[in-house]
Amino acid sequence: MTHPPGHRLPPPMGTLIERQAPLMFSFEGIRYAAYTGDTVASALTANGISVLSRSFKYHRPRGIVSLAASEANTLVEVNGVPNVFAERHILSEGDCIRGQNYLGSLSFDWNAWIGAFGRFLPIGFYYCSFFRPQGAWRFWEPVIRRMAGLGRVNVAAHHGYYDKAYLFADDAIIGGGAAGLSAAIAAAEKGRRVVIVDENPVLGGALNYGRVDADGMRAGDERNRLLARIKTFSNITILAGARCEGCFADNWLSIVQRQRLYKLRAGRVILATGALEQPAVFRNNDLPGVMFGSAAQRLIRLYGVRPGKRAVVLTANDFGYGVALDLADANVDVVAIIDLRHGSPGGVMKSAAAARKIRIDTGAAISEALGRGTVRGVRVVRIEPDGSAGAAFETINCDLVCVSVGFAPNLALAGHAGGRLVYDAQTAMHLPTNLPAEMAVAGSANQHFDLDMAIADGSRAGRGPQGAEQFAGDHSAYGVTHPRPLFPHSKGKEFVDFDEDLTVKDILDTIASGFEDIELLKRYSTAGMGPSQGRHSSVNTIRLTARARGKSETDIGTTTPRPPYSGESFGVLAGRSFDPVRRTPMHHRHLDAGAQMMVAGSWLRPAYYGKTQEADNAIVKEVTSVRSGAGLVDVSTLGKLEIRGPDSPEFLNRLYVTGHLKQPVDRARYGLMTDQTGTIVDDGVICRLAHRHFFVTATTSGVDAVIRSMYLCNAQWQLDVDITNVTAAYAAVNVAGPQSRKILAEVCNDIDLDKDAFPYMGVRVGHVANVLARVMRVGFVGELGYEIHVPAGCGEFIWDRLLDVGRKWGLIPFGIEAQRILRLEKGHVIVGQDTDGLTNPLEIGMGSTAAAKPFFVGGAALNAHAQRGLGRKLVGFKVEDGSLMPKECHLVIEGGEISGHVTSCARSAAVGGIIGLAYVRPHQSEIGENFTIRVDGGRLVSARVVTLPFYDPTNERQKL
Amino acid sequence: MKILNCPLNGPRNISEFACLGEVKTVPPPDAGTADWANFVFTERNAAGLVREWWIHIATNYVFIVDRDTLTEETIRTYRVNDPLLSQSLGPGGTK
Repeated sequence: MTHPPGHRLPPPMGTLIERQAPLMFSFEGIRYAAYTGDTVASALTANGISVLSRSFKYHRPRGIVSLAASEANTLVEVNGVPNVFAERHILSEGDCIRGQNYLGSLSFDWNAWIGAFGRFLPIGFYYCSFFRPQGAWRFWEPVIRRMAGLGRVNVAAHHGYYDKAYLFADDAIIGGGAAGLSAAIAAAEKGRRVVIVDENPVLGGALNYGRVDADGMRAGDERNRLLARIKTFSNITILAGARCEGCFADNWLSIVQRQRLYKLRAGRVILATGALEQPAVFRNNDLPGVMFGSAAQRLIRLYGVRPGKRAVVLTANDFGYGVALDLADANVDVVAIIDLRHGSPGGVMKSAAAARKIRIDTGAAISEALGRGTVRGVRVVRIEPDGSAGAAFETINCDLVCVSVGFAPNLALAGHAGGRLVYDAQTAMHLPTNLPAEMAVAGSANQHFDLDMAIADGSRAGRGPQGAEQFAGDHSAYGVTHPRPLFPHSKGKEFVDFDEDLTVKDILDTIASGFEDIELLKRYSTAGMGPSQGRHSSVNTIRLTARARGKSETDIGTTTPRPPYSGESFGVLAGRSFDPVRRTPMHHRHLDAGAQMMVAGSWLRPAYYGKTQEADNAIVKEVTSVRSGAGLVDVSTLGKLEIRGPDSPEFLNRLYVTGHLKQPVDRARYGLMTDQTGTIVDDGVICRLAHRHFFVTATTSGVDAVIRSMYLCNAQWQLDVDITNVTAAYAAVNVAGPQSRKILAEVCNDIDLDKDAFPYMGVRVGHVANVLARVMRVGFVGELGYEIHVPAGCGEFIWDRLLDVGRKWGLIPFGIEAQRILRLEKGHVIVGQDTDGLTNPLEIGMGSTAAAKPFFVGGAALNAHAQRGLGRKLVGFKVEDGSLMPKECHLVIEGGEISGHVTSCARSAAVGGIIGLAYVRPHQSEIGENFTIRVDGGRLVSARVVTLPFYDPTNERQKL
Repeated sequence: MKILNCPLNGPRNISEFACLGEVKTVPPPDAGTADWANFVFTERNAAGLVREWWIHIATNYVFIVDRDTLTEETIRTYRVNDPLLSQSLGPGGTK
């Protein structure tokens, strides 16, 4: 297809299109021609197509209204992506565009019958009609959803790349029109870092398409002057084609540019967001071909598209006359200008229009647009003295109706930031009040409609600081906006909200139903809840409500604008996913050794070494090696803290249930920590390295909370201690097993390893393989063992050396799974596995000696627990060999009731049989008592309480 | 995102901080169970002025914040040994 010759205008019209670069696209399966730079909307108009979509409820044909991507009318599907604004998507070769929300074809929608039944679909219809009988909604909902809804989700869509970026600015200026550019220049002149955000592909705002003088030259000249000045500043960053979707606390802005979400923190925000044209309400005002004057101007200037052949302009201000002049210049036959004002004041534009012999009717209105599918004419009426429409006196044939009856300052972002919008009866527009201190509004958003005034206002805002002079009102806002462009028709279909297909009657019915408060009215009627978020319906809804309730618009108030401003795709919100994990210094050695890694807190740790299908054998082999020879485990993930200072013993003594005041130097002690409620929160080993120096380990996942609690406590106690988290500074390994002393002796000659010289729970500082190390004799797995802490950079080296020298003693690495079995055999609890959010020390058989301490965190609660008696106890149990194996979280059942649960369970070769830990009622906790566990499948298994530890009950082996 | 003014690190994003609860008078160690239970479990949860413990997570710096839960305003932040802390928070506020 070629361009219909009559629809494109010669240059200089069409500033955004490149005529030397034509392309083809398809709409509804038919191929059309366009130019590079064309949007879907401009290209379709150039091809004579005015119906872009079908409306939400009545499936009425809809076309361009604003050409500013602010209403649902122009939502189309682009290459399978639904709900794309037709005037925002810039065409590429081969784009496949489809209309939305119809059955059959866009020009013949089978569901359009519903429009004829509109009177049977009163407001609140869904709420009122489908909730009885019970369950009815479940039947009706899918039917209604199929009929309604916008767009189709393409579940086969491929994953896109979306990311996030952070920006900082002294001044963020939203809107790059005359006021925004002036503000940017003024701010940049003061040396501030400026970011200009504009949703259009090029800066200039209305200067790109509007007409501010009779000749139609000045807007372009001013734009060129401002943009040239902007270019001279290196401290101005421009984000074009980017929408500010939200303005959050302390000037934190979310800005979407294509597939990137910017989070911008600004010192000041200047809203130069302009003003949105507002519709007049008359019958069939939604017919394709009825559009804002500014939309026609955009088509003409930006895309070189002639919007129609015969136009009627409905206006109430000077801008409408500018539109008429633009149309006339574009070779459109302007049949009439209908001016709502009686004896309208004559501006330069009106004089110019009169000079061109364009017919002007003042004190008149359009009562009805005629036509099916597209507009074919209008019925013109006189306006009665009370403002209502009188009898029709003429029908004018036309294929284009341009509406320029007023504006609404675009103040949604001010609302996001907590500003209140107050209706100014003098200008019939909203004013921003109660703005945050570091926010200003400038230009037409601040009711400065004269170009010189807007530029001056922008400069004022850019210079700052703002405050009392926020709104220096000028006369240019008077007479711009008609106070009540509402002309209800006896046959209805005068649309107030195009997104939601709401007519005057719907709004009035809502009020009659009692939902007269504007916020309730919005929710019940859904006015302003569609994709346009009330940008073109909110003010007229307020005016209708004011008229119906006999109040002023100021008294009616406004609804609260909330983010997002226009709409964000899920991809933008999700962004890329980051899943940070921490690796120990020996990570690659584990991989080389064939370890299966598992996540522990934020760390990766070896579960066991070997293939997954041989997991059981591998774990048994590792356990056996520790019990009979030696094993090496990477415990670098342990939290590690340095506590120094004169008060460090007192500090630890207050923080832990266990006693540390008189802990000898060179000795380690088990440390158990509770919170103020007496609940166990962490455990570890507390080593006294020197009189005023402790080295404390904490659990892998608990260390961050432990540190936080230490700092909070000491903020209150003000003890003379220094707390440092050195978790990442040290790598640590545990050499465990009867052969571990011999292995360590091979690489350590400045520590006396004799069993009396370096006893169980001793701590030494010395050299292991010539690396300065902290060595402690601890027995988590119940064998002779040494925990060795070395600087993280030496972790791999120590790991290699120990395995090397230990080979002849049977040393092999073991993982978490083996360690869990080994410690279970010793009856050692793991905080977080064998304890839960309520476990107190008494329940696990600890803390009974704590009462002697004068104070520790949780002490008072522990005393209260002791006085009240225990509700449960953690016990060791065995089940008969051959029984089903209980698992963690399986329930203990007594008399059909739950009386406890299993926290750990494993098959133990060393003990022989299945062993585990479980919470049971105190009366079940005596040694030799039997209790019942309900395992998988509801089967019951009998368990017997046994003495802890299961293995080596006299603890001989760890003291070898 | 709000900004909180840390006495050590200056103004930072609120996501870098954690609230550690209201500033409350700690009972003496030998206080009765009722007093301790009241201290541990009872929060004023005031609609209005509150004084709270906060921590800057990255630096583990603990400090005190006076803020208004109704207006979401941060009134002031203090180092824990700030002499100004002895001043009352005003009507209904914790001290």
